[in-house]
Amino acid sequence: MTPTQLVAESQPAKQAADGSKRIVNDFSIQVATVNGSGSQSANSVLLRSIFRMGVPVSGKNLFPSNIAGLPTWYTIRVNKDGWVARKTEIDLLIAMNPETAKEDVLSMKAGGAVIYDEGLKLNELRSDLIFYAVPFDQLTVATGAEAKLRKLIKNMVYVGIAAQLLSIDMASVEETVRKQFAKKVKAAELNLNAVRVGHDYAKSTLTKQDPLAVEALAADHPRNTRGKIIIDGNAAAAMGAMFAGVTVVGWYPITPSSSVVENLIDLMKKYRVEKDGKATFAIVQAEDELAAIGMVLGAGWAGARAMTASSGPGLSLMAEFAGLGYYAELPGVIFDIQRTGPSTGLPTRTSQADLTFIAGLSHGDTKHVILLPGSVKECFEFGMECFELAEQLQTPVFMLSDLDLGMNNWMSEPFDYPEKPISRGKVLSAEDLQRLGGFGRYKDVDGDGIPYRTLPGTDHPLAAYFTRGSGHNEKALYSERPDDYENNMLRLARKFDTAKTLVPKPILEGSGKEKVGILAFGTSHWAIIEARDQLTRESKLATDYLRVRAYPFTQEVHDFVARHDRVYVVEQNRDAQLQSLLKVDLDPAFAVKLRSVLHFNGLPIDARSVSAVIAEEEGVAK
Amino acid sequence: MATTPVAPAPKAPKLNRIGLQILDYRGGKTTLCAGCGHNAISERITEAFFEMGIQPERVMKMSGIGCSSKSPAYFMSRSFSFNSVHGRMPSVATGALLANKTMRSVAVSGDGDTASIGMGQFVHLMRRNVPMIYIIEDNGVYGLTKGQFSATADIGSKQKTGVVNDLPAIDICALAIQLGATFVGRSFSGDKKQLSAMLKAALAHQGTVLLDVISPCVTFNDHEGSTKSYKYMQEHEEEVGEVGFVPFFEDISVEYDANTTIDVPMHDGSHLRLRKIHEEYAPTDKIGAVKLLNESHHKGEVLTGVFYVDTQKQDFAQLLNLVDEPLATLPESRTRPSREVLTQLMELHL
Repeated sequence: MTPTQLVAESQPAKQAADGSKRIVNDFSIQVATVNGSGSQSANSVLLRSIFRMGVPVSGKNLFPSNIAGLPTWYTIRVNKDGWVARKTEIDLLIAMNPETAKEDVLSMKAGGAVIYDEGLKLNELRSDLIFYAVPFDQLTVATGAEAKLRKLIKNMVYVGIAAQLLSIDMASVEETVRKQFAKKVKAAELNLNAVRVGHDYAKSTLTKQDPLAVEALAADHPRNTRGKIIIDGNAAAAMGAMFAGVTVVGWYPITPSSSVVENLIDLMKKYRVEKDGKATFAIVQAEDELAAIGMVLGAGWAGARAMTASSGPGLSLMAEFAGLGYYAELPGVIFDIQRTGPSTGLPTRTSQADLTFIAGLSHGDTKHVILLPGSVKECFEFGMECFELAEQLQTPVFMLSDLDLGMNNWMSEPFDYPEKPISRGKVLSAEDLQRLGGFGRYKDVDGDGIPYRTLPGTDHPLAAYFTRGSGHNEKALYSERPDDYENNMLRLARKFDTAKTLVPKPILEGSGKEKVGILAFGTSHWAIIEARDQLTRESKLATDYLRVRAYPFTQEVHDFVARHDRVYVVEQNRDAQLQSLLKVDLDPAFAVKLRSVLHFNGLPIDARSVSAVIAEEEGVAK
Repeated sequence: MATTPVAPAPKAPKLNRIGLQILDYRGGKTTLCAGCGHNAISERITEAFFEMGIQPERVMKMSGIGCSSKSPAYFMSRSFSFNSVHGRMPSVATGALLANKTMRSVAVSGDGDTASIGMGQFVHLMRRNVPMIYIIEDNGVYGLTKGQFSATADIGSKQKTGVVNDLPAIDICALAIQLGATFVGRSFSGDKKQLSAMLKAALAHQGTVLLDVISPCVTFNDHEGSTKSYKYMQEHEEEVGEVGFVPFFEDISVEYDANTTIDVPMHDGSHLRLRKIHEEYAPTDKIGAVKLLNESHHKGEVLTGVFYVDTQKQDFAQLLNLVDEPLATLPESRTRPSREVLTQLMELHL
């Protein structure tokens, strides 16, 4: 195979001045390092330098459940069409980890390029790759950095080498480094110097043989990244919570959700401490996830906007409290940053396999409202919306993100400031009680299944009521009467119907008139939009695509399935969880239209995994 | 002459210092067994809140699961109540308190709800010094599931069926002192005077109050051979110090002998007066308190009284430096940062 065969069919290769084919702005770089070697800043500089040139990028960190010593891979996808899903083929490998170097090289497609430490002699492994040998240790010493910093500085050397080989604008690299180390001028200089040492070495010693190149996009190019931000979903979700006015947070550290609250702590310390130094928030690291959600529900009961963030094992522990929240009707927000289960599973890999579990989290008949963000912008928006819904519906509301969305860097339009004022739901004041002459805590006054509540401290003799997870009647009195139980459960079901009218509606892409439909949620989105493009170009198969953004499913989801002959449900789990939930809700006549496209190896889903299955099943595969 | 006796004028109900009568502090009718120690504790709680003149609407009653945890339904119906899940009340109470630190919180738990299933949360509540009163209605058995031993049952104590407990009891008070609770005492549901004084002192304290109240289970643990029966308590209760209490709204010039009585000025201006009975009693000495408790086990005594008081330690709300108003009802202007803040954050991520 020759390098030209690496060119995706959609990308007519450019003719370079010397006659060879160039691949511009459409390739992926993989940096293989050792966990704990401090490569994160270097990789971030590489990613953002390309982004700063206006070229769309995405970065995915494949890391082990380990603090130091195990292999880790960071993949940067550069794509002028804006595709940001994981790309399985690697075009440029930066092999910094001796442990995995051999395997990394052997797994590459022919024609790829490898930057490696000359001592590893990787060039002896294959003859169909392009090899760039670099004396990393010598160059690192040449940067003049003191010995204890060399391990870190070495990473910046490969940034310089890659920058030169890929024609990444050095001005862009410099700007990026200066921004990244804005508060540490000395560190910025040290890092920049290392980048320059790498760059100079590549320029003077290496001969460019691979076809890969980055070219700045014109300012008026529709995909120019100017004005966009790069952020991870957990940071975005934390911002959402802050702008939602969260006041009480109980949490317990767990990968991959910890950075939600760690980001939130930083934000709140900066923006939610008043002039006198006092905090408008309480964030408590709890003893476990049981206590974390207990604090959230206690605070929600007392009127606060309260939240926690966790992942699978933590959610398992929260099941009992989730049922209490549902049955006693307590607002609370729970972010589940999904990782691969069951049990400890693969703690640092992504998954969408908590969906059915969360939908009914608890013993007994229980249904929870779940928001399903597909982008970092939605992590921000739904991060806010969860609090609105929790208070409006007086119930725990879950947001299901995942490790890929939460911990990886994504480009996005900047977030919009919330225009809607905060609404606290049906809360009665002392004046209301005076006027009404009392209230029934669990009475369906408005016919929407949502009762009225009072907050502890409401200064009226009729304000208090008894909150309990045991059977209760409309007046919140203990009851074991069959009719009281049944009426209450039916009202809760009505409330869930009301939720359908309040949750974010799904988004349709396509004409809406095709025979084949695709249904999905969350991060599968990025693979699907690329897969649809592949299906159109390669197989002449036009599809409609509906991205579900919440549970309960809204009417649009039913209509979408009804309108299409076959609907492929794409999801990142083994058991077709979205499909099973749909089958419970859908007209059985429509349920037979559903097909599954599943991806569950712990890595983010890629476009080809979607398009190949659909093309095959539709009989249009080449 | 008319001989009809003149009917005495109806006696006006006694009002407390905020103008409420005891009826305003009553709860629903108890569904616990007749003679259950828990009912007596509910009575004492009702009286203490009435006598201290605490507005019932300013009180949150928290509980877990079990006979004891049902009891908040039987006192102070005008207060807000939360009967949560088994062993997890501490976290719910912590969240509620952080949401509104201006409320008073009184929690009722049992020995099972606290010392077995709830131990994980209990120890962290003590450690945080969350400002609330935590009462354990301690009978050494699981009443609601018909009499299994709990972790506070003494070694050698006998079940009704004759089964003997062969594991040592957890001393909740010693544990609470070690963990950081700032007001720790033990009482007996049958000791009206002591329990009343301790509850009122508890209301004057700022921080976690842990009261382990031995409360005999008349149905499953009040027989010969039980160490948590009325009879056993009457024979083995040993007061470490007599508990007296002078509320802030009464004349504090009451005489006391400084040689025999320790005066503890409380946060709200009340005074806790502890008359020494036990020679080595020093309620501000953490190590001494734990030592006394350990020694009592060897002597076969059930030590009661206030074991430890620390009026100086910051409570959890102070530690978190929360604004003065309840977090729960802060206006949007104080909880949603401005448009400029978002713009600034977006620029950081460009």
